[in-house]
Amino acid sequence: MKQIVIIGNGIAGITAARHIRKQSDFKILVISSESAHFYSRTALMYVYMGHMKLEHTKPYEDWFWKKNRIDLLQDRVLAIDPDHKSLTLENHPPLSYDSLIIATGSTPQFYGWPGQELRGVQGLYSQQDLASLEQYAPHAKQCKRAVVVGGGLIGVELAEMLHSRHIPVTFLVRETHFWNGVLPQENAQLISKHILSKGIDLRTETSLQEIIGKDGKVTAVLTDQGETIPCNLVGVTTGVRPNIDFLKNSPLALDKGVLVNAYLETNLPDVYAIGDCAQQQEPMPGRRAIEAVWYTGRMMGETLAQTICGQRRPYRPGHWFNSAKFFDMEYQTYGAVPSARENTKEVSLFHWEHPDKALALSLAYHSQSEQFLGVNSFGMRLRHEMVDRWLSEKKSLSYVLVHWADANFDPEFYRSYHHEIIKAYTHKTGQQIQLQKKSWKRIFNLQSEKT
Amino acid sequence: MKTLQKIGLLLFVVGLTQFTALTLMGEFEMKSQHFEQVAEKHGIRSSVFIQKSKEVFYRNSYLQLSDLTKGIENLVQLSNDHYRAAAREPNLSKEAKRAAYQKIIYANPKELTLDLARLSSVGWVKEHPNLFWWLSFGLGIIGALFFILPAAWNTVSAAEKNNKIYQTSATARGWVAWLVFAYLVGFYLLLYFAPQYSHHWTLILDPISEALNGGPASRWFVYGFMYCVVMLVMALRMYIKYRHNAYQLLRTSSVLFFQIVFAFLIPEIMTRLQLPATDFKNAFPLDYDFFFSWNLKNLISSGGLGLFILVWGIVLTLVVVPVMVYFFGKRWYCSWVCGCGGLAETLGDPYRQHSSKSLFSWRVERWLVHGVLLFALVMTAATLYSYFTGASSLWGLKTQSIQNTYSFLIGAVFAGVIGTGFYPIFGNRVWCRFGCPLAAYLGFVQRFKSRFRITTNGGQCISCGNCSTYCEMGIDVRAYAQKGENIVRSSCVGCGICADVCPRGVLKLEQGPEKGRINPTEILLGNDVSLLNLLNQKK
Repeated sequence: MKQIVIIGNGIAGITAARHIRKQSDFKILVISSESAHFYSRTALMYVYMGHMKLEHTKPYEDWFWKKNRIDLLQDRVLAIDPDHKSLTLENHPPLSYDSLIIATGSTPQFYGWPGQELRGVQGLYSQQDLASLEQYAPHAKQCKRAVVVGGGLIGVELAEMLHSRHIPVTFLVRETHFWNGVLPQENAQLISKHILSKGIDLRTETSLQEIIGKDGKVTAVLTDQGETIPCNLVGVTTGVRPNIDFLKNSPLALDKGVLVNAYLETNLPDVYAIGDCAQQQEPMPGRRAIEAVWYTGRMMGETLAQTICGQRRPYRPGHWFNSAKFFDMEYQTYGAVPSARENTKEVSLFHWEHPDKALALSLAYHSQSEQFLGVNSFGMRLRHEMVDRWLSEKKSLSYVLVHWADANFDPEFYRSYHHEIIKAYTHKTGQQIQLQKKSWKRIFNLQSEKT
Repeated sequence: MKTLQKIGLLLFVVGLTQFTALTLMGEFEMKSQHFEQVAEKHGIRSSVFIQKSKEVFYRNSYLQLSDLTKGIENLVQLSNDHYRAAAREPNLSKEAKRAAYQKIIYANPKELTLDLARLSSVGWVKEHPNLFWWLSFGLGIIGALFFILPAAWNTVSAAEKNNKIYQTSATARGWVAWLVFAYLVGFYLLLYFAPQYSHHWTLILDPISEALNGGPASRWFVYGFMYCVVMLVMALRMYIKYRHNAYQLLRTSSVLFFQIVFAFLIPEIMTRLQLPATDFKNAFPLDYDFFFSWNLKNLISSGGLGLFILVWGIVLTLVVVPVMVYFFGKRWYCSWVCGCGGLAETLGDPYRQHSSKSLFSWRVERWLVHGVLLFALVMTAATLYSYFTGASSLWGLKTQSIQNTYSFLIGAVFAGVIGTGFYPIFGNRVWCRFGCPLAAYLGFVQRFKSRFRITTNGGQCISCGNCSTYCEMGIDVRAYAQKGENIVRSSCVGCGICADVCPRGVLKLEQGPEKGRINPTEILLGNDVSLLNLLNQKK
């Protein structure tokens, strides 16, 4: 029986394993050095904040693996030998494989700052990072101040975590506004304002220069503004990079990540790479070569399982979507909304923002055809299926706004802002539109609709 | 704020201590008219009971309630021995024999003790019921409010509401939780099986009881009153904790309204008007003694209103309940109306995370809850059979013993002692999940014929597990959400907390067309559309 070996038990590797098992009787082995069982990395923050225990982050009970004949091995892969189709492990004898899936995820990106090896300097990615955070920042008595470096999603999560234990946080962000490399300026401003309102000392246009320590432990950071900020913890959240150092001396073609074609195949036969560690040689238009996101890891796992089981398929994800949470402000995005950096004339934006509450909406549309291209939503939940269909059917911006109620996914009895949004649209364009009530027929596509 | 909370906690503990101490305090001064009153109330015809009371209680002052209990037990024993012997006298006429048997006392000696204790109690508590009300209930309420209300200013955002739950002894099965567990279990055991200890509680509630129903407080009045007070105070906590969530605010107001008005005030006022007291929202088979012969007789003999209650009770169970579940899911009852649900959603909210999510628990749940439903139905069948035919047993089983077993095992131990007592350890819906026969019935309707579902939002789930952790019914919500599948489980009471704690906006409680409600998927929205279609068609 064919032996499939998967390195990495994150969402990509485990999704692949589950789907291979659904379609085949192949022997499946998943190797991980981090944890005995698959857990949801995205939930680590909730463990620190006390919402959950680590065991709650496991999506499957421990009996699941044996029942589904997915073998697990906790060990570190040191090297791969594609000629003999075998792997060298740290604590176990070498293993052989028929197909190998590399799904080793990411590792926090450090940029070689002086002092980055000090104790109390860390990223937030693994269970080991969580343990380290508990050690160096258990409470405000031991950790008088923490400095979080880098304005991404993990940065804001780490700030929220530390804040939950009443540890004062200074948040260094290189850009003028938080995450404006991804978001339009208006959205970035909104989030910056929101972070400040939570009592976080957000410093924009500020970078880390040096980490200062004493007796091997961090005591302060020096910023490029020349300021020294005393602290007991430095959270490095300046992004992640593919976790592929162990492959450096292998014949695998590597760049930032493991290079793969559209079929998620590497340059070596029967070796594949999926998830954060995979780098598309020719990414789809509008998409990045490395997309280190939970959802893409899962989709690559779903796709590769088909290939492994004999139906060779390219990875062709549908419309982009993502989500995050900035303290108590939820964010969802669908389609393509240009960031502040990629200002183009072809794409226009329609913004709506609540005057006092942390609620906002940015819709991108084609300037000439008015075709709806994407949406960022803050503090309001949207129905994935509905927005996805609007994108596929290339609906116009006004159509989308008229039928906005169909996409509302907020809990029942929540106030709807449909009227205000339409009013803002009329105000901006002078175009009078009438909102339509929510329709299950449209949502479920129960009858073909003439537009 | 911290200081205010500490003061609150202190006041609460003082109030609770006083409340607890009331069970042990007391001095009693017996007078023969006390025995006469008790005998009259309980229909005791034994003259020995009165005569021997002076012998048994040779001192007329007792310090300990336990002496009183023992004394009454002796007295009942003495009296019953006497008449049993009398009935066995040879050459006795039939009438004389029957007369002797009729003097045997069947009343629960503990109930007699409770009434005797109320009458004979002397001292501070009896003289100053209002003072002791304030020292126990009053301090408890004020203390709890001092503890709860500052949270309105302390927690600034919705995302913080579950901070430290698993780092706090009271909510993480620490020693505080075990203490609360022991206290709650003790309280229910006392209420059900040692009611004589509640005599002071009834005394301090007499003024309120008299104002409402015109009579003295029974232990069930004490329980009903406490239930309302606890729910009211803990509902304020809910309002603060979930103040960002309109669904939670409305739902909390609804359960509070139905408890205070329907379960408490209306029955009390009906009693005052000498009408048959009933809780109009309490549906059979949760209301398991609805078809018991004493209730049927009582209703039928109470004129038009009695008949209305009878018809309403049947219509409620057979028509209203299933139709409403079809349109709204069982949540309309379990987390908007029901009293058990009401307590679970207020007092029990801090413990919702303790329900087990394992497959094993789900298996146990299905056996148990459907077993109780079957039990309730068999018992009711036997009851109605006995009622209409006059036979005392069905298939060799005595109707009375089936009823007694159900009342004891399910009505008292499961619903009360375990159902509420186990909150801090096994979560707030132990009864609703494993025991409630009405929930089992509603569950069938919800699973197989309803418009209600929790919609999973395409591919947005990140498997974080907040939804599963905070599901009070022990549903592994994540298992469905991460597959992109809607949740249509029969046990879901629609509390809406999974949707509230989800950090990615993945879950929404809603009712829509039945078509597409159950939507097993192979892979999730967001991936290759042709692959999606291919795999989902194959399924």
